[in-house]
Amino acid sequence: MIELERVSKAFGGAPVVTDLSVKVARGEFVVLIGASGSGKSTLLKMMNRMVEPDSGAVRFQGEPAHAMPAELLRRRMGYAIQSTGLFPHWTVAKNVAAVPTLLCWAPARIEARVNELLDLLGLPPGVFGGRYPHELSGGQQQRVGVARALAADPDVLLMDEPFGALDPITRGALQQELLRIQRSMHKTIVFVTHDIDEALRLATRIVLIDHGRVVQADTPAALLARPANDFVADFMGRTEAGLRLLALHSVASRVRAGAVAAGAPIRAGASLRDALSLCVARGVDRLAVVDAQGRPVGAVFLADVVAAPAP
Amino acid sequence: MLALLVATGFGAALGLAFVSHAPNRLVSGAGVSLVQALGSAPGVLTAALLLTAVWLAAAVFTRPTARSHVLVALASALLIAMLAAAAGTHAARLAAGSAPLARTALGAGFWALLLLCALALGDALAAMRWPNWAQALAWAAAAAPLGAMLAFGVLDDVSLVKEYTTRREVFGAALVRHLEIVAASLAATLLVGVPLGAALHRHERLSRPVFAVLNVLQTVPSIALFGLLMAPLAAVAAALPLLARLGVSGVGLAPAVVALTMYSLLPIVRSIDAGLRQVPAAALDAATGMGFTPRQRFWRVAVPIALPALWAGLRVCTVQAIGLAVVAALIGAGGLGAIVFQGLLGSALDLVLLGVLPVVGLAVLADAAFSVVARLWVGTQPGALPGALQESQR
Repeated sequence: MIELERVSKAFGGAPVVTDLSVKVARGEFVVLIGASGSGKSTLLKMMNRMVEPDSGAVRFQGEPAHAMPAELLRRRMGYAIQSTGLFPHWTVAKNVAAVPTLLCWAPARIEARVNELLDLLGLPPGVFGGRYPHELSGGQQQRVGVARALAADPDVLLMDEPFGALDPITRGALQQELLRIQRSMHKTIVFVTHDIDEALRLATRIVLIDHGRVVQADTPAALLARPANDFVADFMGRTEAGLRLLALHSVASRVRAGAVAAGAPIRAGASLRDALSLCVARGVDRLAVVDAQGRPVGAVFLADVVAAPAP
Repeated sequence: MLALLVATGFGAALGLAFVSHAPNRLVSGAGVSLVQALGSAPGVLTAALLLTAVWLAAAVFTRPTARSHVLVALASALLIAMLAAAAGTHAARLAAGSAPLARTALGAGFWALLLLCALALGDALAAMRWPNWAQALAWAAAAAPLGAMLAFGVLDDVSLVKEYTTRREVFGAALVRHLEIVAASLAATLLVGVPLGAALHRHERLSRPVFAVLNVLQTVPSIALFGLLMAPLAAVAAALPLLARLGVSGVGLAPAVVALTMYSLLPIVRSIDAGLRQVPAAALDAATGMGFTPRQRFWRVAVPIALPALWAGLRVCTVQAIGLAVVAALIGAGGLGAIVFQGLLGSALDLVLLGVLPVVGLAVLADAAFSVVARLWVGTQPGALPGALQESQR
């Protein structure tokens, strides 16, 4: 889908990206992660030509990215950023309609699309469509930002720390929404963050970048279980790596059907990390498990939780 | 507030001359008080005027409510009309009994009462919290009886109107000329100022020296600037006959427009710079990332967000130019200033007023028009300004 081949970029003589290659396949959720100044945002902006590499090639769907005008390329990629960049003088509906308007869609089609997206992101169009960005909370603004990025049904979404400025609860909710959208619409997403928990939660593949080079690129579980070097291990949080690994799996994967346990039950959809935490807090070695509707499905045992999970 | 106005009003009515009568326009006249004027006015008018005054005075002692504001506004507007009618009828009575050269001028008492009534009207309208286009309509309605009285000759014997009648053509031409000067200088300001402001915003380094120059320009006294421009423009006209044929010369319209443009540049450039600063960097970044071309980004994102500030700057320029254009008469540009200076040289106060009053009226009208348009436009986009401010502070 998107291919960066041996790209380099320097700003004022200081190298930001050095001889770096990344491939993003269709349907992937790739998270670019690294410390501030690691070059991850620059990398993202090379994909839609907001930054042109000094050397190397950028390809979009097999074609050289510079073969088409930058504006046309960008209209085929959704773009969402941390500060939302919503246009303060436009209503929510008009903001979401920005790219379809540029593409000269028929007004009726634009309206239908805007309503569909606002519904999808939990912002009833009748309530929010006519409001202005400053009348919304930070989380609502970011929902509009995501809706706007999705508006023209792009093949790819580029997201630059879109949830970075939100409180943990709002951020968690929006991460869930994004996963749901990606699964239902099969979008390819490239997502920049410096938050390892966010990366582990969202990514199908994590690309860890440091000083403009790829340090390791792999699935979240592999990155946790088999860090390529000390830097990766440190970034994954060394002592917490095990807990983070547990966070990748749900209770459902270890539940013993038919078993019983005392005490308040845990949901099958909760993570193994939550289960471990509950066991320790209550001083018990097993927990009753219920499904999303609250029906008992069995129990989960501490020994099963901490047994090395298959990556 | 109203109590103070009413008290001052009674003081002015009793203490100051309502109109003054003189055998010709050069000598100062004998004062006629409002009481005397009313004594000779038709009984109906006298009774109505006194009744309205009592009505206003009574409002001082009642609790202000939504309805009392309407009543006060109505009373003030009626008083304005009736004061003018009283002055007009008294002037007509005096004119009937004296020589054709005799003049009846509006006195300090009349002007003071007119001002006080206008203040009371403005105060009441503000308290009613009407949208400002409705306030503008209310003002127009209050002024309408004055217009009607002028049209039907009720005020024909007031000296100010007599001066107008004898100079009808001169006045019309001066008014048109005045508007031409203002319009030309505003057009030139926009033509030079908008690109300059946009360029300064883009090249931060240039903005300090340019603002320094514009600031200095702003401090040059207008009469000096007009004088300074005469020599270079005369030289330009002499060197380039084509321009001279187009009307460029050391005196007249050209230096006036150039000077007014120079004065207008600082407010307009500063407001464009301020407006563009309100455009959030994130909005521009998002626009680029979504595939706006640079032109679309400028016209659809930057300009609409910067426009309220530009509009405010244009408002300052317009009001300033209307006032400064008076001085332009000194270098032969014409306009209402020509009437003012003719009056000053001839010690004819009525003539000065004939020049000054329309200037004040034009400035007030322009100011009101700008604010009505701004309000209507902000009304359709409530997020425009606060949103921009909020976003840039984040």
